[in-house]
Formats: sequence, C-alpha cells, structure tokens
Amino acid sequence: MLTSVPPETRETSAPAAFLNAKAAWRWPEYLFWLSAFALILLLPNRHLLMNEIAILGLFALSLDLILGYAGIVSLGHAAFFGVGAYAAGLLTKYGVTEPVTGLLISGALAGAAGFLASFMILRGTDLTRLMVTLGVALIFHEIANRLDWITGGTDGLLGVAPSAILGRFEFDFTGRTAYVYSLSVTFLLFLAARRIVNSPFGLSLKALKDNRLRAATIGIAPNRRLIAIYTLAAVYAGMAGALLTQTTQFVSLEVLDFSRSADALLVLVIGGSGYLYGGLIGAIAFKLMKDTLSAMTPAYWIFWMGFILVILVLIGRDRLVAGIARPFAPLLRLIGGRRP
Amino acid sequence: MTSRFAFSRRAAIALGGALVLAGSPALAQETVKIGLILPMTGPSASTGRQVEAAAKLYIAEKGATVAGKKIELIVKDDTGTPDVTRRIAQELLVNDKVSVLAGFGLTPLAFAAAPLATQSKTPMVVMAAATSSITEQSPYIVRTSFTLPQVTIGIADWASKNGVKKAMSLVTDYGPGIDAEKTFKERLTAAGGEVIGEVRVPLRNPDFAPFLQRVSDAKPDALFVFVPSGFGSQFMKQFVERGLDKSGVRLIATGDVTDDDQVDSMGDVALGTVTSHHYSANHNSPENKAFVAAFTKAANMRPNFMAMGGWDGMNLIYEALKKTNGSTDGTALLEAMKGMSWTSPRGPISIDPKTRDIVQNVYVRKVERVDGQLYNVEFSTFEAVADPVKAAK
Repeated sequence: MLTSVPPETRETSAPAAFLNAKAAWRWPEYLFWLSAFALILLLPNRHLLMNEIAILGLFALSLDLILGYAGIVSLGHAAFFGVGAYAAGLLTKYGVTEPVTGLLISGALAGAAGFLASFMILRGTDLTRLMVTLGVALIFHEIANRLDWITGGTDGLLGVAPSAILGRFEFDFTGRTAYVYSLSVTFLLFLAARRIVNSPFGLSLKALKDNRLRAATIGIAPNRRLIAIYTLAAVYAGMAGALLTQTTQFVSLEVLDFSRSADALLVLVIGGSGYLYGGLIGAIAFKLMKDTLSAMTPAYWIFWMGFILVILVLIGRDRLVAGIARPFAPLLRLIGGRRP
Repeated sequence: MTSRFAFSRRAAIALGGALVLAGSPALAQETVKIGLILPMTGPSASTGRQVEAAAKLYIAEKGATVAGKKIELIVKDDTGTPDVTRRIAQELLVNDKVSVLAGFGLTPLAFAAAPLATQSKTPMVVMAAATSSITEQSPYIVRTSFTLPQVTIGIADWASKNGVKKAMSLVTDYGPGIDAEKTFKERLTAAGGEVIGEVRVPLRNPDFAPFLQRVSDAKPDALFVFVPSGFGSQFMKQFVERGLDKSGVRLIATGDVTDDDQVDSMGDVALGTVTSHHYSANHNSPENKAFVAAFTKAANMRPNFMAMGGWDGMNLIYEALKKTNGSTDGTALLEAMKGMSWTSPRGPISIDPKTRDIVQNVYVRKVERVDGQLYNVEFSTFEAVADPVKAAK
C-alpha cells in the first residue's frame, strides 16, 4: 500500500531513509564492477590469474557473510568449498557436463552440508566455534582422502571435462571464458548478497553479532538466523569450489586444505570484513602480492608475504590506506568522493 | 567509520592493483623458453631446490645457446598445489609462449597439467613425479625421473634372495606409494615370500609412530618402506625412537628413504640399510664424479635423485633441440625425444619410444661410511629396467 502514503511522510521516516541511504549504490561500486568487466578486454593475457582472483573473492565473500555479518569466526570454511569442488568434479565426470547446471547442484549440495554443520556452531562461544569449524573441515578432508575410489584420494580426480557453458561458450585456452564465467557468477552472487545483507534479515544478523542477548530480547530468534546465514555462506563457498573445478578441470585434496580456509581469513584481514567488498578487494591484493612476489623470488616469497601482512596488521589497514589515498584527495573530491 | 568512506579508499588500492597487472611481458623471437614449474615452498620444497639447481647448473655448464637459439629458463613456484600448477602452466603457454614445460614435483601436479600438454601440443618433461600412470595422461609427456615399480623391483628381488620370507610394507598413501606397495607384493609373492601386512601413511603431516607400532607387534623379517623425497629422515628418526632398529626387523626401502640430501644427517642408524634406486651420488663413473663436484660447488648441497631428474631433463631438451635444428614445434621436439639414449651421471639411460618413459639401470645399495660421510654404496645392478607396469600391458 505504498501509494496511500503521502511522499512527505515517507521522507520524514528517518530510520528508513537512513537505511535506504546506506543501501544505495555509490560511484566507487559502479567503478569497481565496470573495471572488473572491462578487464576482460583490457588484460587478455592475465585472464587465468583474474579467474583465480574472482573465485577467491567469491570464497572470501562467503566467509564475510558469516564473519562480518554474523560474527562466526571459521577456520574450516574450505569444507564447503571442497564439497562444491568435488560435487562439480564428480557431476562433470559422470554425466552432468553443463557447467551452470553443475554449479547450481554443487551449490545446493554444499548448502546441505552447511545446513547440517550449522547446528554445531549454534552452541558455544568464539573459540569453541573455531575448533568446531576446524574439526568439520578436517573430517571432510579425511573423508575425501579415504574415499579414493570416488575422489581419487591424494592423486586427485582425473577426467573432469566440462562442456560448453549453456551449450554455447566453450572453455578456451587463454582462460577468457573461464574469467567471464567466474566473474559473472561472482557478480550475480554479490548482488544477491548485497540485497540480503541490507534486508531486515541482514540487519537482524548484525544486531545478533553486536549483542546476542539483547537481540533475543527484542524478538530476534538467533538460532534460525544463524542456521540460515551459515547455510547461505556454504552455498556460496560451494559455488566458488565448483567454479574452481570447472575452470581448472581438476580436483584434488588441496581444495579442502586448512591453508585454503586460512587464506580466506587472511584475505578478509587484508580487505576488511563486514562490507562485502572486503573479500573481493582482499582477494585482488592477496593474489597480486602472491603472484608478483613469487615471480620475483620463487623460493622466498612466503617471507615477504608474511612481512607485508605483519606490517599491515601493525600499522593498521585503515591508516595505511588513508596514507596511500591522501595525495589523491583533491582528485577524489573533484569526481565527487568524500575526503578519505 | 562508515562503509562509504572505507569503500572509496579500498577501491583506490584495487585500481592500483589493476594497473600493476597491466605491465605484462612481451615476447622475444630467437629465444627458446622452458617453463620449469616446481614446488619451491611447502613440504616438497627440497624437490624444487634440487631440480632447479640442477637445471641451472646444466645451462651454466653447457652454455645458454643451443642450435642457434638462446635458452631461457623460467622458474615458477606452484607451492605443491595442483590448481596453481595448472594455472601457471597455462600462463606459461599463453603469455610466455614456452616451448617446453618441465618440472612437476608430485604426481597430482603432473596430472593437473597433463591435459594442457595435449591441447597445446607442447612436450612436458616430468623431472620428478614417479607414479607409473603419469605418462599415460598425455601423449606429450616424457619422463626423466623414474617410476616406483621400476625401482621397487630391485629391492623386492634382493629381499627374496636374502632370506626375507615374511615382510610388511609401509608406504605413503598416494599414487607412487600404492605403486610401490603393489610391485613389492607381486615380486615377493612370486618368489615364494609373503607380505603379512600393508600399512599406508597419509601424505600430509605424516606421523609414523602408530604405524611402526603395528610393525613392531607383527615382527616381520623385513619392513619395506617408501616415503616421498624429503620425508626420509623423519621416518628414520621415528624408526629408531620405536626401537625397531634393535628388534631384528630388517629395514629395506626404495632410495627415497635414504635420500642423498638427508642420509648423511641421519647418523649411524642409517648404516646398513639396503635400498634400491636409480641414482646415488656415490655412483662410480667419471660423469657422475664431475657432476657431483660441480653440483656441490654451485648449490652447496649434495645432489640427490631429484637433481638427477632435472639434469637429464635439461639434457633431453637440449639434445632434442639439436636434433630439430632449433625448431620448437612441439610434435617435432617430442619425436626427437622418443628413443633418445645417452650416458647420464646415473648410468646409461634411454627414453622408451613407445611409453615415453625412462629406461635405466636400477642399483641395489647399502648405506656405508665413505670418507667420513654416509653414502648409498651400490653393490648390485639390474640393467636397463623399463617400467614393469607399462611393460606388462
């Protein structure tokens, strides 16, 4: 019944206006996605790396959904990434070669795994949860290792050959199709996530994160919401895993590795959590650092990676970024941005 | 802090990052590029170090020009993760236009890159990974390392001739380990022996203690062991800690356990261990003496069988280029590689034209002290052994 409300009344509803303003699209967001898609044409020879960035970005975004919005610290998010990756691999191998179908089914399967696992994270505080998520990931890793007649065990799953996307776009050798595919999926899932976190459901999650007891007293049921967001994050992680399988045409136990969960957390440390772009920006910074450093010193790049991370944490991300952005402040003002 | 301000700042870094991406390399004309993909970090880093050192030494010794073309080696770290191996291989092919892919430290890493070799018709020289089935994954794969069944034959035959009736096997649970376990059982059973227990240890974070307890309880005549390169000393330490060295269980293994890289630091416990393998730094030939001296000087470590795979892999690429007169056509290079034979520091070797796998001598060796250092001293030779799994097909 929106039509019956006079315009003035709507404008004077301050909380709604505040929330709407917060949810509105801003120019840097347009710029971000435009550049991401422009890179399809601008950087034809780095599509493979950008494909990896898009997938890691989506994976970190899924972790951000539970970490940044629901306050669940997870060290085992790779469990769902792995379920999606293996599901996509096995589906492709045994008949469902169309990638989009495979992606949706893999996401659903990972979601089912996330739904079951979510009951374990309802209890306990941060540290207990951390251990539970870690344990779940270890269990999945071991299951995949033991079931080597299905998964190929440590040697990996061979013979994953997806057909053309929607029957039209073949995966090509330069990785262009792969990047366009991964970026489009990431973008669509990002749009959905953005809608969700700005919805009343998303706001109630934030309330839960800030103070669970107080949120419960104003009538927000914590458990149902945590289960829902955890399941959703698992779907996202599973789809990221499926993208990796389909674009690399190979799955191995590394998709379930602890270091994959840890990487996602690192990405959020770099990019910041709780505003959705943290995972994406963090993934860009993380992969570029890794790629540049390992090209310079193949044997010692991990040292420099660690060094940069320590600096980042010691100085603080925001101060560092403000320092970098300061010389560009007049320019940013000119094109309508606020003072950094 | 509102998310709005934070976002513009972060967008600035992201854009900066995109600019870094834009600086991509151009390609040169009269250069032959070799993409060497190795695990330089992570648990298999020792493999990467050895192969890289050997490949660089080869270029330093033989010169960087062959058949009028300049050789450029591009070394990349894949951290031992298959999806990274694949991405790097693909980038090397697309961006750097490499003529040959080489390296591949572990079986899954070689598996992940194999389809690319087929699609791009680029020879892929496997210098390390040792599962028998790798060469079957692409008609463009050529191997200069070894296969586990190939080297296991030596120790299995030696064991059955030296009074081992009841044996147990302990292998790492992945492709090459399972290959070794199967071959050992087949050969020993065929010679009238018996394998009374088979134990598999996970590849990641191996803790041998609980498995060794089972061995100690079963009291076999001998324990046959395979572990990947780099895990030998860890195994040896736990073998001694469990008191198995004094229990009368004889330790026999493939050469990975008494890896040249580590055997000297294992100490006296390693003395007398009988293993079979295709290379020992102690191998007595003028080629090997020169190789070991040069390698030790250049890399400040003892070369092991991984270094040998790298050295021969480079030799294979050089010789193939000479044969094609510098043509880098993938199929021509591959044809040139098939059937090639030469005397390597490890002994006479050749590439089987049918399977594209290496045919080489397998030596039975015993750990002894030579000039104050521990070495695997060869005492018996099986000549020109081909991979038995593929030979049986």
